[in-house]
Amino acid sequence: MSKVFVAGIGAVSPAGWNVAALRAALKKNEPLPVQALARPGWEKPLNVRLVPNPATRLEFLAHPRLRRSSPITHYAAAASLEALAGLRANLDAKNLRLGVIACLQSGCVQYSCRFYDETLKNPATASPLVFPETVHAAPTSHVAALLENVALAQTLVGDPSIFLQGVALGAQWLAENRMDACLVFGADETNWIIADAFAHLDRRAIATAGAGAVCLCRDEKFSIGVELAAITDAHVFSARQNRAQAAQAMRRQLGKIPAGEPLCDGLGVSPRADAAEQLAFADCTNPRIRPKNIFGEGMMAGAAWQCVAACDAVAEKKSVSACVSLVGSNQQAIGARFVRAEFGLSAAVPAGNIRP
Amino acid sequence: MLFPPKPSPAAPPRVVVTGAGIVTALGLGWNLNAEGFRAGRRAFRPVTHFDVSRQRVKIAAEVDLPENFPATKLSTHQLNRLDRAGKMLLLAAIEAWQQAGWEPREDYPLVLGTTAGGMTLGEAYYRQAIQTPHHHRGQPTRSIQYQAQVQARAVFDALGCSGPTTIISNACASGGNAIGHAFELIRSGQAERALAGGYDAVGELVFSGFDSLQALSPTVCRPFDAKRDGLALGEGAAVLNLETLDSARRRGAEILGEVIGYGTAIDQHHLTQPQPQGKTTLNVMRQACAVAKISPVEVDYINAHGTGTVLNDASEALAISEWAGARAATLPVSSTKASIGHLLGGAGAVEAVVSLMTLREQWLPPEIEFETPDPACQFPIVQKPQDAKVNVVLSNSFGFGGVNAALIFRRWA
Repeated sequence: MSKVFVAGIGAVSPAGWNVAALRAALKKNEPLPVQALARPGWEKPLNVRLVPNPATRLEFLAHPRLRRSSPITHYAAAASLEALAGLRANLDAKNLRLGVIACLQSGCVQYSCRFYDETLKNPATASPLVFPETVHAAPTSHVAALLENVALAQTLVGDPSIFLQGVALGAQWLAENRMDACLVFGADETNWIIADAFAHLDRRAIATAGAGAVCLCRDEKFSIGVELAAITDAHVFSARQNRAQAAQAMRRQLGKIPAGEPLCDGLGVSPRADAAEQLAFADCTNPRIRPKNIFGEGMMAGAAWQCVAACDAVAEKKSVSACVSLVGSNQQAIGARFVRAEFGLSAAVPAGNIRP
Repeated sequence: MLFPPKPSPAAPPRVVVTGAGIVTALGLGWNLNAEGFRAGRRAFRPVTHFDVSRQRVKIAAEVDLPENFPATKLSTHQLNRLDRAGKMLLLAAIEAWQQAGWEPREDYPLVLGTTAGGMTLGEAYYRQAIQTPHHHRGQPTRSIQYQAQVQARAVFDALGCSGPTTIISNACASGGNAIGHAFELIRSGQAERALAGGYDAVGELVFSGFDSLQALSPTVCRPFDAKRDGLALGEGAAVLNLETLDSARRRGAEILGEVIGYGTAIDQHHLTQPQPQGKTTLNVMRQACAVAKISPVEVDYINAHGTGTVLNDASEALAISEWAGARAATLPVSSTKASIGHLLGGAGAVEAVVSLMTLREQWLPPEIEFETPDPACQFPIVQKPQDAKVNVVLSNSFGFGGVNAALIFRRWA
């Protein structure tokens, strides 16, 4: 089995349009301010955390394919370009075969709502320019067109846990020598209907939006000093294994987390939603990184931020390794560990700590 | 562990199909569908599930769901929560499961392709939220049940098994990609068995979308015909039980066919239009042949993506003609979308089952409304019901966004 390294990370969040902004917000550890979003038919607005407008117009929007694209594509494209910046700047990486794996939960809700609204009002005037942007595959397609050298692409949908499934699939493509590098991004956008749905399911949840991206590579020379050490099995929620049991099974497979190693978890402000993961890591006294506390419920973007934060902690040499716990909302629980590349898997992770 | 994965076997195992379930507007199950496809029957009717009075086109191939569902481990309450798409998926899965005779286990990968999942529940959520904004009844349930992974879990709960679920949403290539992904899971040694399929229901948003693009045929859907003027929408689902040949033999299972090749790639030409020369299609057909270790000469029939749109069929025709070379002149091709419409995320999976039907029963599905071949077609279109010697079938699927997939199946004799 060849090793898999992280060649770059990228993020767009309510904190801003890059990893530095995400890192700064996580370091500050204070929830970002909320914004009011009008909800049709209600006097009282919904609270959300929106991605701020970029300081300057994003250069990639000049690409003809992105002219009419939705915010989710903008987030995905920006995070992807940031994650690939190192590779794209490296002449040795010029001809790498690149794969793209997109992970979404709600997907292109803004244009879907807009197009459906037009349909209900009068289908004869519903915009043919908007409809294609409603499909889950649209952001993937736009990012692939923007990057140009993409040979293989896949769009996965599911609960936030599938971001790590996407990372595992990317690693598999590298292991099978089908690709030389693989970009995995998780993205979601928000609007009043997403905030409305969260209000129905959990009044404390604040819907947010953005994207996170991790670029994997086989060649250590392209690495930012981070190696993918392990991804647990997908511990699915079923009639015979509830969410708490699945989270515990994932925790058992992750094993003992070495002292000082940060755990990037998915805990937020909702006792009911957090209960399974709280229980699974009840004995864990490791330092925590909690994007959801700062940004809110970002769905697939939130899962991607967790992984980006873990990789960033290792890349920035704050830790020799970092763990990620993704306990999804209604599908499965998956965990992962990233380690500092120069230490290698055996040095960073005590023997017996990862149980195949 | 998902990573590092199990080491791949020195030689990839052969992958066979031991269960197949299918739901289309032609009927529920293998027999009704085989009878319909063999005759080239067309299953279109005026849309009944939503208002199309202000749409340009007013027909689709709708499925009639049964009043009584087969007994499963789902409660009536759980069953009632499923939308039409989820119910079609469940029916296909039950048929495939019963045919395969697998024992319940907790480690069966389930790979599904869909474009919309439970979109009709999303539409209902939107309408209620707009029209009666202070009425919340049913909204929490809809916000959960519209998600494709929840529909997938219902399949597992109904069958009494479980396993890791992967939902692929590469638009209309999704079903083909799902089967291809499951094929690769087995060949790489990550699983001995896997369930794979695709599904989608006709919904108002998607129907309106294709109508707004003027992609729907206002006359008759005639793939590859020079006078073609668009596609017709349909709905349905198909599920396959895939397993290693060793596993099937150990169980003494009846084998319906073998999956021997898969290719996939992304066309970056345009969000909705294929590269005009069909270069990506050519690429995936060649990839699939390389995996299958066969040449075009050995392919006996192509179940084309063939939507009936001007651009798709021209591009696919060029790709098939170039790929097949001299073989094109005698290579039968047809698109079963002429009979059941375009099933979007379900198309590739349903067409995989049709491919298995042709291999098992030795006939070719015709396009009975086909009249004049497009000049780009260097190959004959199957126009009349006919028996044929079929050993190898290739099935194409392409989607918005540019993902192309090709699957190759071989007869099991």
